[in-house]
Amino acid sequence: MSDEAFEVKDLDFWYDDFKALEDLNFEIKARAITAFIGPSGCGKSTLLRCLNRLNDLVPDAKVKGAIKLFGKNIHDADVDLPTLRRRVAMIFQQPNPFPFSIYDNVAYGPRIHGMKRKSELDDIVESSLEKAALWREVKDKLNDSGLELSGGQQQRLCIARALAVKPEVLLMDEPCSAIDPISTQKIEDLIYELKKKLTIVMVTHNMQQAARISSWTAFLLAEDESGSAKLIEYGKTNDIFTKPKDKRTENYITGRFG
Amino acid sequence: MKRIEDKIAIGCLWLSSLLVLFFLLVLLSYITIKGLPVLSPRFLFSFPHGVEARGGISPMIVATFYLTILSGIIVSPIAIGGAVYLTQYAKPGRVVRIIRFGADALSSVPSIVFGLFGLALFVSFFGYSMIAGGLTLSLMILPVAMRASEDAILAVPRSFREASFGLGATQWQTIKNVIIPVALPRILTGLILGIGRAFGETAAVFLTAGMALNLPLLPTDPGRTMTVHLYLLATEGISIDIAFGTALLLMIFILSFNFLARFLGARSVKGGS
Repeated sequence: MSDEAFEVKDLDFWYDDFKALEDLNFEIKARAITAFIGPSGCGKSTLLRCLNRLNDLVPDAKVKGAIKLFGKNIHDADVDLPTLRRRVAMIFQQPNPFPFSIYDNVAYGPRIHGMKRKSELDDIVESSLEKAALWREVKDKLNDSGLELSGGQQQRLCIARALAVKPEVLLMDEPCSAIDPISTQKIEDLIYELKKKLTIVMVTHNMQQAARISSWTAFLLAEDESGSAKLIEYGKTNDIFTKPKDKRTENYITGRFG
Repeated sequence: MKRIEDKIAIGCLWLSSLLVLFFLLVLLSYITIKGLPVLSPRFLFSFPHGVEARGGISPMIVATFYLTILSGIIVSPIAIGGAVYLTQYAKPGRVVRIIRFGADALSSVPSIVFGLFGLALFVSFFGYSMIAGGLTLSLMILPVAMRASEDAILAVPRSFREASFGLGATQWQTIKNVIIPVALPRILTGLILGIGRAFGETAAVFLTAGMALNLPLLPTDPGRTMTVHLYLLATEGISIDIAFGTALLLMIFILSFNFLARFLGARSVKGGS
């Protein structure tokens, strides 16, 4: 397995006439946590959604350039979208469990990918909840609705649901912004644990969070009048936060704007 | 000055809303008072007989439910299928606008016109029958049922769709496993309200299902619904008492439908399954 999970080359992205991302070039390391930081509306989430082609759901979205996942361009004609999205799973800002039971939430992915045997499903539900650090809290109420859990538990349920499809990459779009500090702590610990086996790419608004858990940081900014986001600086998180090369990065991380 | 104007305005508004409730109560109590003496187990379970149509109206009750259920069975898959297509697959644009406009236009066509159409098309094929009536009613309630299903599907949060796609589900898997199950309580509410219209329909029914007094069993049997029975009793002056009894029973059934629809709708708010 190569060392880079993603290679992004000359990436441009449009919503209709609006060019949201311009000329992005960078690589995302495998089995590490990479954080996208930048002010609101600078295209961090858009970029994240390019990585599993979730933007394909948006009418009139257009993409140019190449995104390679372990060496294979995800826009090639022979790429199967469901397979791509299984390999590159996504956690959203708002916890969004289905209004089904806890069990059915986690079993959803394996079932749509063809797993039918009850014993296999039981195993994968247990191990996924275990990995998402939720098993102990819910093992006696797997048939309760996922909506009855607290916000933080719901987000861990969503993580378990994503892990159940055995992804190689986990995309997280501000996974902690809608939940309380204690749950945030739990989820950060969990993400840190998961990176041993998975590539994690997360969008965050929270500088401390990026500094605490990520190894690599990309700073995006849409500064001129076009509103198109560019990659201003990309490097080891430590370098970005202690000796940023670009004045704009420094201004942003020291809280001068955004 | 301003204050007094306000008070008068609020008073008028209050009065008009009170009037609505008042007329509803007058209507319901009048029908109840006139109809209640006729209601009895015999009225529900026996056949009409004699020139004054004494006895019961059981064939009419059966014919009414027969037609309603039949049209429900015909219309539900078409309404849900159409709604899924319009909301999930069709690209917003000309075709969708034309289909929506067509559906809205269809729902403003007077029911007697549907009856005439059914008479020309379905009756010439099947004769006066439950199936001719059911098909005609289906056409009539299709726009309402489809609109309600569309609204129910659009009310499913986008985040569920994204979650499903994000896990690698296909469009159809997402529709089948997430969107329809989540929307189902609201879809049912809409369908029941639409089908409730079929239950109370008169004009479209007597032109297609006929007025025969028999108990309909086969789809090709003709039959007389409660509304048609009521219409005939009243216009021919056969028996005003029985007409009111029939009217009361109709109201009871229709109100029950409304309660059922509301109950299902309330359940959906809490989140189904």
